[in-house]
Amino acid sequence: MKLLRTLFAGFSALAIATTAHAAGGSKHADAPEGGWPFAGPVGKLEMDSVQRGYQVYREVCAACHGMKLLSYRNLGEKGGPFYDYEYPNANDNPLVKEFAAMDEILDPVPNDSGDYDYRPARPSDPFRSPYPNEQAARAANGGAYPPDLSVITKARGHGADGEGASYVYRLIKGYPDPETILTREGEDGLNENYIKFDDDKTHGELVQPLGQYYNPYMPGDVTAQWDGDPRHVPYGGFLAMAPQLTDGRVEYMDGTEATVDQMAYDIAQFLQWAGDPKQSQRKSLGLPVMIYLVLLSLLLWFSYQRIWRKVGH
Amino acid sequence: MSESNTTNPEEIDEERRDFIHIATVAATVGGAGLVAYPFIDQMNAAGDTKAASSLEVDISQIPVGGEIRVLIGGKPFFLRHRTPAEVAAAESTPVSSLPDPQTDADRLMPLPDGNLNPAIIVTSGSCTHLGCVPVGPGGGNLGDYGGWYCPCHGSHYDTSGRIRKGPAPTNLEIPDYEYVTASVVKISL
Amino acid sequence: MSGHESTYKPASGFTKWLDSRLPIIRLAHDSFVDFPTPKNLNYWYTFGGILAVCLVIQIVTGVVLAMHYTATVDQAFASVERIMRDVPFGWLLRYIHAVGASMFFLAVYIHMFRGLYYGSYKAPREILWILGCVIFLLMMATAFLGYMLPWGQMSLHGANVIISLFGAIPLVGEAIQSWLLGGPSIGNQTLQRFFSLHYLLPFMIAGVVILHIWALHVPGNNNPTGVEVQDVEKDTVPFHPYYTVKDGFAIVVFLIIFAAFVFYLPNVLGHADNYIEANPLVTPAHIVPEWYLLPFYAILRAITFDIGPIEAKLLGVIFMFAAIAVLFVLPWLDTAKTKSMRYRPVAKQFFFGFVASCLLLGWCGAMNPDDPIIPMGEDKLLVEFTNADGNIGSRPFDGYEEAAAFRAEKQAEGGVASMSIQKAPAFRFIHLAQILTAYYFAYFLVILPILGLREKPKGEPDSIHKAVLGQSSAQAVPAE
Repeated sequence: MKLLRTLFAGFSALAIATTAHAAGGSKHADAPEGGWPFAGPVGKLEMDSVQRGYQVYREVCAACHGMKLLSYRNLGEKGGPFYDYEYPNANDNPLVKEFAAMDEILDPVPNDSGDYDYRPARPSDPFRSPYPNEQAARAANGGAYPPDLSVITKARGHGADGEGASYVYRLIKGYPDPETILTREGEDGLNENYIKFDDDKTHGELVQPLGQYYNPYMPGDVTAQWDGDPRHVPYGGFLAMAPQLTDGRVEYMDGTEATVDQMAYDIAQFLQWAGDPKQSQRKSLGLPVMIYLVLLSLLLWFSYQRIWRKVGH
Repeated sequence: MSESNTTNPEEIDEERRDFIHIATVAATVGGAGLVAYPFIDQMNAAGDTKAASSLEVDISQIPVGGEIRVLIGGKPFFLRHRTPAEVAAAESTPVSSLPDPQTDADRLMPLPDGNLNPAIIVTSGSCTHLGCVPVGPGGGNLGDYGGWYCPCHGSHYDTSGRIRKGPAPTNLEIPDYEYVTASVVKISL
Repeated sequence: MSGHESTYKPASGFTKWLDSRLPIIRLAHDSFVDFPTPKNLNYWYTFGGILAVCLVIQIVTGVVLAMHYTATVDQAFASVERIMRDVPFGWLLRYIHAVGASMFFLAVYIHMFRGLYYGSYKAPREILWILGCVIFLLMMATAFLGYMLPWGQMSLHGANVIISLFGAIPLVGEAIQSWLLGGPSIGNQTLQRFFSLHYLLPFMIAGVVILHIWALHVPGNNNPTGVEVQDVEKDTVPFHPYYTVKDGFAIVVFLIIFAAFVFYLPNVLGHADNYIEANPLVTPAHIVPEWYLLPFYAILRAITFDIGPIEAKLLGVIFMFAAIAVLFVLPWLDTAKTKSMRYRPVAKQFFFGFVASCLLLGWCGAMNPDDPIIPMGEDKLLVEFTNADGNIGSRPFDGYEEAAAFRAEKQAEGGVASMSIQKAPAFRFIHLAQILTAYYFAYFLVILPILGLREKPKGEPDSIHKAVLGQSSAQAVPAE
């Protein structure tokens, strides 16, 4: 028992140590109401949602954000949203071929005269990149670089199941209501946007710089734009991405109503899949392994009891 | 354990103990065997390697009597534009005299319109003996039968890529390919 | 025990022939089958076996990962993700390797605390202990090198911080730094040498582990009573099957925890920022090492003051390395004759304090040193102003409205005024870290040397045999 207690103490200390990275100025991103379907040891991605999420990615996000670690074939591989057991080789999956062919990419292989041509993508190609390089991406986005979304759900949160997806979900629908963003004439004579805060402790006005958008879930520090008590600065930061989702922004192929919440939920779940496409294999292998180890430990325990039964120790 | 002790409870006890030990050892060995699987499987072709396995080639650029060579997934393939004389030689060879009997027409794929295009022959570039890459029109030695000659151990292939002389056991393999258009061939692994 | 007679008898013709040429079966038999082992070892003693398993797991998965990894700055990040996505079972192997590093350290820390508690570093086991310290150092080096390979943000900037520590060494620091990096900064050449060394060091660890086991088998195992074996018949049992089965059970229980992380929380022990590809232009907002290095990181940051001519930066480095170096001389610092703290009631309290201070140092290492733990009063607002006549002054306020009004008033008068936060005094992480660092060193340098001379041990048994009898008759507990 003493051993157990000590181990427990050790683990709690470990847990504190790992969660302690959390000192940041952004609002904590909770999972959606009802939690994520993929969370927990037996959780599974909701594939309809991942499919819709891919549509949101294609039609909204892909204009600025690349996913260079993914290929079209991944969509049709086992554990992917468009996996079809009739096409074990995802390259033959007609849906995957169709998605690929809808994008024009620059052929990485030069043509016979040595030039690089655009051609429709094939399933084995990586996702189309919206910009040829980082400089072009920055030039097109007011100096900001839209991050690659391949592993974004693993790159946010603290590694627990779904924290990265919750971040995406909350951030994308977490912009303040446009009606709360007010406009006035700034000191330089130009119009400036600001947001009034009147919470428990946070009273004041936050000026939103031109081309920047306030979001409480974005890590950052807004002290410089804050007119109010510097001890109670609002959560969050500014980002260069304007709010993207409005009701009906995409028309879902499966007829689901495209509310902002639905789209945020779907894109977060798509990115959750994309960040770790083998997660369903991982969890489904986990269960038999755990059962095997527990059974083996029981067998060893009885063996141990047998062997030691005549020795005082 | 004392040898004289043969009372029943002790015997049962010994048997049960043996059973548990055997089960434990068996479970451990079985588990270790299963653990080996991912370590072996990881050396198999990865997803991206498997995916990058086809190539489209424009055959209109091949000069008559010449060939082009392409690599797909690291494996060489020959696309040769045969002269009418070479085609005739390939077609007129009696099949029964061949070590690996195949007609020339068996070694061609149809055009999109269903006809054959005997001028173009597409073969694998690996000698069926030990995998060397035979010399062709560009290499200055067509072998005794005007096709390809493997310099490693002296295998002679004819203009249809069929083995005629030397240690190679079979004809040069015909890859999985199709005519996408009359002038573009798509070769897959 | 030392010089115990070999009991191996080759049975077949082949084993007889082999035994007279290469007695390797005899060596294995005498070391792992018939080796007399104290009969009272508890579960804390199973961590040696667990660590051997950890080392094998790391080496085997590591060799396999190296088949697929690309050690160039352009491709390292993507090649790790390719392992996770395209290589068959690559995700499993990579997660085992990453979680395995944490598990290895978890086990080694428990193993070390066990050695500290039962006095396993004392004569005649000093060399055994020192070899263990060498393994620990090599493990930290290996983990540090390996952490760079995924080429994420933490890989790059963590390595940058640690290597900059060498720059604190007077005179030669900068030369050493650029020698380690192979240039003015971390680049492709650094990644390649780190990869090479990361592959090399585990085999050096394996070599030192062999020495460690050799040094263990000369005096034999210590045990929870700390009393040496006197009667092999009464005090010991053969290693096999008694300890193979006990270690085996503990190993499998450990693997259950290991597997739970691998399959269900593979990323929770790492840092999310390492899934952002390395970018030399942006340092992550919270740069912290992996959890197992946090206590030493806390000691490094706790030193914020100069001592004489030695500046804080160098002093922090000295303290951090001293925290490990002190372990090497521990056998000569502890003056007590009694090995096991079971019979040292006072030392036991200090020991548990030491364990707590190590865990709390880990906590301090993870937190921002300036964050308050216990605030003492509210932060105030300080308005600093320059009057129109050039006088400079400042005034603290509790409320924002009054402060803002005062600032506006001063500005209206034609002066300059600005507002800032005047932090309330507080007990901060930096203070806790300093206290704990002081305790860490005091434990080794003051408490153990003095206590060993003054403390009266209580209830130490005469032999292992008697301790076992006394325990089972008094409490009738079959197993600890």
